[in-house]
Amino acid sequence: MSGILVLAAHAGGTFKRTATELLGKGKELADSLGVPLFAAVLGDAPAADLGQFGASKVFVVGGDFSSYDTLHVTAALKAAVDASGATVLLAPSDFTGADAMPRLTARFRTGQATECTDLRVEGGRVVGRRPTNGGKVSADVHVSKDPAIFTVRPSSFGQPAAGGGAAEVVAVALDFAGSGLTLVESRKPETTAVDLTEAERIVSGGRSLKSKESFDSVIRPLSDALNATTGASRAAVDAHFAGHDEQVGETGKTVNPVLYIACGISGQVQHLGGMRTSKVIVAINKDPEAPIFKHATYGIVDDLFDVVPALTAEVKAALS
Amino acid sequence: MKIGVCIKSTPDTSSRIQINPGGDDLSEAGVKWATSPYDMFAIEEAVQTKEATGGEVILFSASHQDTSKEVRKALALGPDSAVCIQDDGLAKADSLSFATSLAKAIEAEGCTLVFTGKRASDGNNIQVPAMVAELLGWPHVSFVTDFELDGESFKAVRAVGGGVEEVITGNLPVVITAERGLNSPRYAKLPMIVKAKKKPLATKSLADLGLTADDVAPIVTLSNYEPPAERGDCIILEGDAATTAKELVRRLREEAKVL
Ligand SMILES: Cc1cc2nc3c(=O)[nH]c(=O)nc-3n(C[C@H](O)[C@H](O)[C@H](O)COP(=O)(O)OP(=O)(O)OC[C@H]3O[C@@H](n4cnc5c(N)ncnc54)[C@H](O)[C@@H]3O)c2cc1C
Repeated sequence: MSGILVLAAHAGGTFKRTATELLGKGKELADSLGVPLFAAVLGDAPAADLGQFGASKVFVVGGDFSSYDTLHVTAALKAAVDASGATVLLAPSDFTGADAMPRLTARFRTGQATECTDLRVEGGRVVGRRPTNGGKVSADVHVSKDPAIFTVRPSSFGQPAAGGGAAEVVAVALDFAGSGLTLVESRKPETTAVDLTEAERIVSGGRSLKSKESFDSVIRPLSDALNATTGASRAAVDAHFAGHDEQVGETGKTVNPVLYIACGISGQVQHLGGMRTSKVIVAINKDPEAPIFKHATYGIVDDLFDVVPALTAEVKAALS
Repeated sequence: MKIGVCIKSTPDTSSRIQINPGGDDLSEAGVKWATSPYDMFAIEEAVQTKEATGGEVILFSASHQDTSKEVRKALALGPDSAVCIQDDGLAKADSLSFATSLAKAIEAEGCTLVFTGKRASDGNNIQVPAMVAELLGWPHVSFVTDFELDGESFKAVRAVGGGVEEVITGNLPVVITAERGLNSPRYAKLPMIVKAKKKPLATKSLADLGLTADDVAPIVTLSNYEPPAERGDCIILEGDAATTAKELVRRLREEAKVL
């Protein structure tokens, strides 16, 4: 048996954009290899609908996955891969991708390519392409054993068009005794913004904001107007203008948005490492020599305290 | 209690990464090696845990190269001893090869709590910690921002993304991967550096750990390294703030089509 299995992530029964994105790419790879495309769903979600994106079968592992447990998810994915006989597994490089996928890889004694930004077929196998060393280089990644596991940075591929009928739903039995770990509390932030690693738009601020107050009153409103997620340089995080989980860069989050707006960020190599694959980069910086301009699509050489509020107003007008 | 810390010697993050001719490898010539940044949080947490509850801290590193210089530096931050796995068999190692070697060494030392950085700054794979846990048959908690140990039970807070934090409790053994914010790593003071020179540092081969080259044969290989694609020249928008803001929105909509 062979086939490509896509982990179709969902939140409370609504499939995430990564699910359809990976099915779209998975279909292309499966067609080129001449193998079927499958999806894996953990818990309750409208699995049959995934047929619209090319999945012929959807392997559904029943049970309560509403609170995340590493070992539960690992066991479920193992069961789905075994049941499908898939030789390739594609999953988003979100928390599950980082936390459970390497465990699964070790359980299969196989190999994994993390945070791929491209996938292709070569010599009858799927090959990943990914940035490494903080984005200073990128390389092809070959996994010589099956199942070959790939996690993919969200927004690496476009969204496929829906079409086609319902998929066959296959229930997968899981015998899971519990992990011994207990989730005692989940603390939600005040914002409802998507995580940086999955965000399509990001507005980031740097040290130049000078205070948490101005970070909140200048950067966050632009972020809100764009329906974007807020990011920050390490200098801004170290100065407590923004939270730890908002840091973008080599020792922060690696992001891959369609639009990245860097406000008063110099663009040091460690920051670039986290955001250089962004599709469109806008740099707002008063220093025309700032390194960020070498990597930007559009640049504005001016005081951010003038430009950003003006931009917020323009965006509000344009998107209303 | 024995507390393990897995650390990796990686090119200093400010260093230039050079690709070997042919593109299938990165050059190690002239690289300045340092312990990977996230591992510094792991070392600090292990030392703080030892200071609070007693026990000893053992560093583990695995490489085809001699990492004793970086490991010695790390010993100055408070750990008691180190095991450096050094073997030519690791020259092309993938994550599973490293995890296999580290898990064997951790088992041999009898650790029940292991800290690692959440990802290494070279391969950026985010794989070895969870693999070590899987191979040892222990649970792991990723991206931890707060950790407390009370006897055999622990409480860990993990950052699962989107600003959401989850509080997890459980019992040892466990592997914990360190996220930023877990602690503020200390700097080594001179007396600590002097003391570190006398701390035990054992170098072990794969054979010493009962492993053969086959046990660590890589499944993952990398090829075709390239520097990141160059972007076209940056388009600088001219005018006062009102003008550039308006022009940027127009271009983002009409030209880049991202709004
Ligand atoms: C091991 C290691 C890991 C690191 N990891 C990261 C990481 O993950 N992420 C990260 O971001 N950094 C990281 N760094 C730090 C990095 O090297 C830089 O120090 C940091 O990114 C600088 O942040 P910044 O751009 O906000 O500040 P600065 O470099 O100080 O730049 C501020 C910029 O703002 C501009 N400016 C000032 N005032 C205004 C104004 N009014 N209007 C417009 N522009 C203005 C200036 O011209 C300047 O370009 C790391 C460093 C090390 C050593």
